[in-house]
Amino acid sequence: MTHSNRRQVLKGGAALAGTVALGFPAIVRAQAEAIKIGHLTPLTGFLGAIGAYAQLGVKLAAEEINASGGVVGRPIDLISEDSVNPAAAATKAQRMLEQDKAALLLGEINSASALAIMQVAERNKKVFFSTGARSDALRGKNCNRYTFHCDIPNTVMVNAVGTALLMQNMVKGKKFVTLTADYIFGHDLLKAAKAFFAAHDGNLIGDELIATDVTDFSPYLLKVRQSKPDVVCVNLAGNQVTNLVKQYAEFGFTYPLVGFNLNTGDAWAAGPGNLSGLWPTVWYHTLDNAASRAFVATFIKKHGKPPENHAWIEYISLKLLAQAMNETKSTDSETLIAHFEKQTQFDLMKARKGYFRTWDHQLVQEAYPFTVKPKNQMKDQWDLLELGPAVPAADVALETIYPGKEQNPCTMKS
Amino acid sequence: MQIEFLLEQVVNGLVLGGYYLLIALGLSLIFSVGGIVNLAHGAFYAIGAYIAVQLFDYIGFAPAVIASPVAVALLGILFERCLLRRFYTADPILGLLVTFGLAMIAEQAIRMIWGAAPLATTMPQSLKGAVIVGDFLFSRYRLLLLAIVAGVLAALWLLLQKTAFGRVVRAGVQNPDMVAALGIRLQPYMTAVVMLGVGMAALGGALFAPITIVHPAMGSEIIIVAFVVVVIGGLGSFWGVVLAAMLVGVVRGVTIHFVPAAGEASIYVLMFVVLLLRPRGLLGERIEKFE
Repeated sequence: MTHSNRRQVLKGGAALAGTVALGFPAIVRAQAEAIKIGHLTPLTGFLGAIGAYAQLGVKLAAEEINASGGVVGRPIDLISEDSVNPAAAATKAQRMLEQDKAALLLGEINSASALAIMQVAERNKKVFFSTGARSDALRGKNCNRYTFHCDIPNTVMVNAVGTALLMQNMVKGKKFVTLTADYIFGHDLLKAAKAFFAAHDGNLIGDELIATDVTDFSPYLLKVRQSKPDVVCVNLAGNQVTNLVKQYAEFGFTYPLVGFNLNTGDAWAAGPGNLSGLWPTVWYHTLDNAASRAFVATFIKKHGKPPENHAWIEYISLKLLAQAMNETKSTDSETLIAHFEKQTQFDLMKARKGYFRTWDHQLVQEAYPFTVKPKNQMKDQWDLLELGPAVPAADVALETIYPGKEQNPCTMKS
Repeated sequence: MQIEFLLEQVVNGLVLGGYYLLIALGLSLIFSVGGIVNLAHGAFYAIGAYIAVQLFDYIGFAPAVIASPVAVALLGILFERCLLRRFYTADPILGLLVTFGLAMIAEQAIRMIWGAAPLATTMPQSLKGAVIVGDFLFSRYRLLLLAIVAGVLAALWLLLQKTAFGRVVRAGVQNPDMVAALGIRLQPYMTAVVMLGVGMAALGGALFAPITIVHPAMGSEIIIVAFVVVVIGGLGSFWGVVLAAMLVGVVRGVTIHFVPAAGEASIYVLMFVVLLLRPRGLLGERIEKFE
C-alpha cells in the first residue's frame, strides 16, 4: 500500500475544508397527478437559520391546502431543497422545471440566488414567486414578467424605519456610519439608505463593507468608535446581524443602533437583552388579527415555537398562489400572470389587503418599524419586539412607501 | 491620530489571536501525535458551545463553561478509541475522509437535536461592556477570554515540557518506534492527547457562545480558520501555532482598518505567502515520520 505524503494530504484537506458547502436535499413527494411546486431556500450558510423557518412555513401551507382538498381537486406536491448558493440554485431550479416537471417555482431569501432563479424562470416561461429576497434591483433593473416579489423591497424597509427616525429628529445633521453586507442585497440596501440620507440631510461619515461569512466584528466596531458617529446603521443580513448584535452588546456601545434590515429569527438568536435600536419588519407573530392569531397558534402547536417572518411569508405566498389557481382553475403560468396583473387583492393577515403591482410585480403591503421590548416586559423569549404603527398610515395609499417608476424603473419583455 | 487607531487594531488583533488559538492548538497537537488532520475538530467546538448554552440556564455561566469541555473530553475518549485509533498507521487520506464524514454527521446531528435555528445566548450582565485604557478600548469579556487562554496555554506548555507525560508525548511525536522499544505503550497517551485537544476546542465553543452565533454550521466555519493558523504556524510547533494565531488576528485587523471588504481574504493571502516562503510553516519542525 502506498502512503501519500502527509503534507500533500494537508493541502488536500485545506481544499476539502473549503468545500463544506453541500446541502442535504429534503425531498417531499406525493401522487402522480399532483401539482408540483419547486421550492428553494437556503438551509445552510449565513441565511440557513431563517431559511429553515421559511421551509416550515411553506410545508405547513401545503399540508393545509392538501387537507382541505387541494387545488382544483389536485394535491400540491412540494419539492423543497436547500438552494445553497446562486449557482446551485440556478441548476436546481432548472432541474425542477425540466426533470421534475414543476408547474412553478417558489422561495429564496438570498437576493443573489433569487436573481439566478429569476433568469431560469424567464427562460422556461414559468412563474417564480420570489418570497424573501429584498433587493430593489430585482424589481427594477433585473425585473422580468415571470417573477413576483412577495417580501418588501429595501426601499420600503428604509422608508419604514426612516419615517420613524424623522419623527424623532434623528436624521437631519446627524452623523451616520453604516455596516453593509458585501453582496448584491447589501449594496442595494446601502444605495437606498444613501438616497434617504441625501433627501433628509443625514450625514454619512463612514461606510464599511463586510463579507457574509464574518463572525468577528471587533475590528469593525473599533472603526465605528474611531469615527464617532451619532447613529450606527446596520445593513447586514442573516447570521451577520446576530453576530453584530451580540458583539455590540458585548462592547457595551451606546451609539443608537438603527437597522434597515432585520429578520426576527436573527434577533431571537441574539438572545434577550442584547438587541437594541430601531428596525423594520414585514410581519410579526404578535400582530393582532384573527387570521394571524390562527396561523401562529397552528404553527406553535406543530413546532413548539412561533413562526418567524419568513415562515409567514412563505405560508401566505403558497396560500395566495393556491387561491389564484382555484380562482382561475389553472396552473398555467400565463393565466396566473394575467390574474395577478389585474391587481387582485389578497388577505395577508394584516389590517390592509395586498396586491401585486402590475408594472413591477411587487406585492404591495404594509410594513412596521419596531423597537426592542425591555427584558422585564417580555412574556417569553420570543416576545422581543414592540411593533410601531403600520407604515404607511391607514389614510395614505400603500404605494407611497414603495419605489416609484422613476426611482426603480422596470421594463418587462413580453 | 491615525497611528493610534492602527495600534488599537493591532492590539485587538492579538486578543483575537487568542480566540483562534484554543481551536488551533488542539488541531496541531492531534496531528503531531497521531498524524491525523482532524477535520471533525470543529464539530467538538460546536458541541462544546451547544452543551454550554444548554447548561447556562441550569448551573450558571462559569460552571457551564467548565462542565462542557469536560463532557466533550469524555466524548473524545470514545472518538479516539473507536475511530481515530484505527487510522494512525493507515493512509492519511483515510483519516482525513473519516473525520470529514464525522464532521458532516455531527453537524446534521446538531440540526436534528437542537434544530436549524440558532440558539439564543446571553452573557452575565457583569461581563458586558468595555474597558478603556488610555486610548484603547477593550471588551471586558474578551480580556477575560484572553486571560483564560493564557492560563490554558501556560498549563499546556508546562504539561508538555515539565512532566513525565509530556516527555513521552514529545518522544512519541519524534520517534514512536523508539518509545515502543523502551516498553511504553503510546495508546493511553494518544487518548489523553485527543481528550485535551477536543476539550480545548469545546472550551473555545463554550467561551465564544455568548459573543457569536450558535448554529449547526459553526464548527465548519471555525475549522477553516483554525486550519489556516496551524498551516501558517508549522505543524508540530507549539509556539508556531501561538505566533500564527496572533499574526492572523493582527493581519486581519489591520487589513480591515484599510480595506474593510478584504478582511477575510487577508488570512488566506497570508497563508499563501507563508507557504511560498516557508513550506513547513513559520516554525514547523522536521518530523521524521511525516516526511
